Amino acid sequence: MTHAHVTSTGLDSRKLAFWTFIGSECLLFGSLISTYLVYKGRSVRGPTPHEILNIPVTSVSTFDLLMSSLAMVLALAAVARGDRVWARVWLAATAFLGLVFLGFQAYEFTSFVHEGLTITTNLFGSTFFTLTGFHGGHVAVGVVWLLTLLVRSFQGKLGPDKALNVEIAGLYWHFVDVVWIVIFTVVYLLQ
Amino acid sequence: MVSDQDAASQHAHPGTGTYLAVAAVLTIITLVEVGVFYVPAFKAVLAPVLITLSATKFALVVMFYMHLKSDSKLFTLIFSLPLLLALGVAIALLFLYGAFVRG
Repeated sequence: MTHAHVTSTGLDSRKLAFWTFIGSECLLFGSLISTYLVYKGRSVRGPTPHEILNIPVTSVSTFDLLMSSLAMVLALAAVARGDRVWARVWLAATAFLGLVFLGFQAYEFTSFVHEGLTITTNLFGSTFFTLTGFHGGHVAVGVVWLLTLLVRSFQGKLGPDKALNVEIAGLYWHFVDVVWIVIFTVVYLLQ
Repeated sequence: MVSDQDAASQHAHPGTGTYLAVAAVLTIITLVEVGVFYVPAFKAVLAPVLITLSATKFALVVMFYMHLKSDSKLFTLIFSLPLLLALGVAIALLFLYGAFVRG
């Protein structure tokens, strides 16, 4: 069993550090979303958001990511109670739903390129691909992290004593989810 | 010394029922968001309605799935301050670039 260090706050240092990291991520995505908003409606040529964004498809991918957050908390609960089978099921489900989200994003990016919108086409293309691309990169990192935890579980090294490792991965995953909640509203619904 | 398990459960986390209830509410809010987007009658109030719904979803995930509701208030502080700073910067930039100017 590994032990956390005693700290003056009484809180685990890794969790404290990770919340600080998430705070810095708020500033990163805050700047990307601000940039998107500042340049919104300033493209001198199309395609524009209204012409190209596919709300039904993105609504499904949003639902997919929300459900992955549910799977993540269920995975943490299973690890904490020592239920290895369900821990694996929920970790695999979370990673799978993350991959499905990335598939939706790949489909969206590909269709946009075919319709003439690339990162260099106009201001909308530049800010849209930068913002959603950064988010997709975070999802990809999260999927790799989840698969690593899944492998550790199959190696028998993800017992209840490692619940904090899963909780920290979960914090990252849920943060990626809340960022998408904002992006879905700001970019897709508030056109 | 505290074990990882103890550190992970220093504060009681919600149960499976709460997680499922939050997921159901998140799903319903997402459906309402998409519905509001397609209903012409909401066009005049689309922005405030969508921002309120989005903020509710954000708060639910952060409070229940990220456990800020039951975890140490220090985590809430560490998360909230940069979040408010980012929000302030966004609003300031929008004012600076005339996003709120009509016409």
